[in-house]
Amino acid sequence: MTRFKKITGYGLFLPILCFILVLLINVIKTPSFFEISIKNGVLYGYIIDVINRASELVILAVGMTLVVASSGGTDISVGAVMSVAAAICCFILSGGQQTTNSYQNPYLLGALVAIIIGIICGCWNGFLVAKMKIQPMVATLILFTAGRGIAQLITKGQITYIRVDSYKLLGGNIQGIPLPTTIFVVIIVVVLANLILKKTALGLYIQSVGINARASRVVGLKSAQIIFLTYAFCGLCAGIAGLMASSRIYSADANNIGLNMELDAILAVALGGNSLSGGKFSILGSVIGAYTIQALTTTLYAMSVSADQLPVYKAIVVVIIVSLQSKEFNKIVINIKDKLVSYKERKKVA
Amino acid sequence: MGKRKFKLDGNTYLLLITILLFVVMYAVGMIVFQNKGFGRLQVFLNLFISNAGLIVIAAGMTIVMITGGIDISVGSVVALICMLLAWMMENKGIGAVPAVIIVLIVGLVFGVMQGFLVAYLKIQPFIVTLAGMFFARGMTAIISQEMISIKNDVFLSWANANIYLPFGGIVNKKGVMLYPYVYPSVIIAIVILIAVYIMLKYTKFGRSIYAVGGNEQSALLMGLNVRRIKLKAYILNGFLCAIGGFLFSLNTSAGFVEQAKGFEMEAIASAVIGGTLLTGGVGNVIGSLFGVLIKGTIETFITFQGTLSSWWTKITIAALLAFFIILQSLFAKAKEKSK
Repeated sequence: MTRFKKITGYGLFLPILCFILVLLINVIKTPSFFEISIKNGVLYGYIIDVINRASELVILAVGMTLVVASSGGTDISVGAVMSVAAAICCFILSGGQQTTNSYQNPYLLGALVAIIIGIICGCWNGFLVAKMKIQPMVATLILFTAGRGIAQLITKGQITYIRVDSYKLLGGNIQGIPLPTTIFVVIIVVVLANLILKKTALGLYIQSVGINARASRVVGLKSAQIIFLTYAFCGLCAGIAGLMASSRIYSADANNIGLNMELDAILAVALGGNSLSGGKFSILGSVIGAYTIQALTTTLYAMSVSADQLPVYKAIVVVIIVSLQSKEFNKIVINIKDKLVSYKERKKVA
Repeated sequence: MGKRKFKLDGNTYLLLITILLFVVMYAVGMIVFQNKGFGRLQVFLNLFISNAGLIVIAAGMTIVMITGGIDISVGSVVALICMLLAWMMENKGIGAVPAVIIVLIVGLVFGVMQGFLVAYLKIQPFIVTLAGMFFARGMTAIISQEMISIKNDVFLSWANANIYLPFGGIVNKKGVMLYPYVYPSVIIAIVILIAVYIMLKYTKFGRSIYAVGGNEQSALLMGLNVRRIKLKAYILNGFLCAIGGFLFSLNTSAGFVEQAKGFEMEAIASAVIGGTLLTGGVGNVIGSLFGVLIKGTIETFITFQGTLSSWWTKITIAALLAFFIILQSLFAKAKEKSK
């Protein structure tokens, strides 16, 4: 019993359990799930596909984890910021035309500006949350709705195509490397984020601000600045994710890039065992959570659920997870247990 | 102290700024689009006609926001309600009246679910209603991914019954006297708005909503059943949301997945612009009405101007929301300092 408690008490127990569950379902449904084949020097297979498709989500989840940890709120503008970043990148690369067959400006310029725009969006959110003390969701709601409008304005309401082979590299494969490029980007982002958080005191600061911002300020931490930083970082992550999503379809589709990603990112954080009210966090948990969700999405697609019906299932999962996390729910469970116990005792006496 | 002094605190300022903004915007519109007939009474009434649903939903949102919560699921719920109405009437052959009753019940159930999660499990309202938002939108897609247009005669007769006003008519080019008109949806919206105003201002339940939003702890110490009041607020909001969705569908006469996207933003913006505090405890449906009218005026501007894309409405609303939120936050800071 104690060993069981030790295992279930382990922070990453829930995310890993969920992940294994989803994988098991997949293996039962499609026995070829773990098969990997090589075509033209590139690895193919369900599992590679899941890892590849989850890349944007993992990066968003990293940013979202920090936002949740520091402010106890979530950034619901990430999907919209992704589409803005993609739109700006394509706008620069195509020189304002609707479709282009060669870069009008260097790729690096486009990518850099896109990422900077992401950071600026993050800074705007951070400013509203940290300096103006507005609830995170309302503050990010502004970009959530306006973001896609801005992206539409940049692309003039149309889809901008970049028909250049090198533009597809980020979302595809670099020749000679069997794994998709996105995996390497994910590894870089996750490792860098982990290094910064673990090797410097920043991770600890973020936790302490999330647990009690006022107390942290009294201790001498610049709470507002730390919250601001996490939002800016989340914007950066959204920018990178936007670039990747745009590279996959070599275009900027303001309406569809990053659609419904905000819920997935929040779900990833919650599945990762992080409390949505801030404080302690685990990047690794969120990463596992993100892969779980992508595996779940792939499974649901395989069960012929369409893209716009998916949110129903995800919403139900979110509600279940946050209900299980809530203290009130635990109290109710304990109450019921107590009642059962006393009922049994009364029965014995009788 | 016989006479109560009229106090001008920060919140009244916000409401006054809103009303002033509306009047100024409308006056500017009248001057700029003078020869296009912006000043006609019908244009003003159209603000109500095209926003009847939003007026009701903004009222519900105001109630929830006064308790200190928020509901970002309203846009999706409206889409779900419209889709349900269309689906029931067109594909299942259910009459207009039972269909409306069913969607009202759906709204209530939705309110009960969200209210329970927020009030009894104490989950952040944002998370709950975010999940609700995706749930409702997904359910809409599950019912039908195709657009269903409503052809039910009874329903359409409700939608297109013009009620002419007895005054303010103008003679058109053919020499026929045209009186300005409204649809029944406007009458319903205004009646509900007044009812909510009276409920908030003069009933025990209304006052306790303010008490809960102002300070939950003291409300609890006062002996109020905070949880039940919050639950009731969300149920009421769900119900109003369903009515709003019904009024909205009278305008569009169709159900489709992408309907009413960004509606939650418009409702929240209307409430915030109308002086409802995000922190709860302060708010007024009359202010929200003006918030809706401001949004309607921006839309009318864009239609009259003719070349701007409709995305500008969303961007302007977002900018206005940002402006008023910052204003609120500055007022709150000034208040804290003066203490």
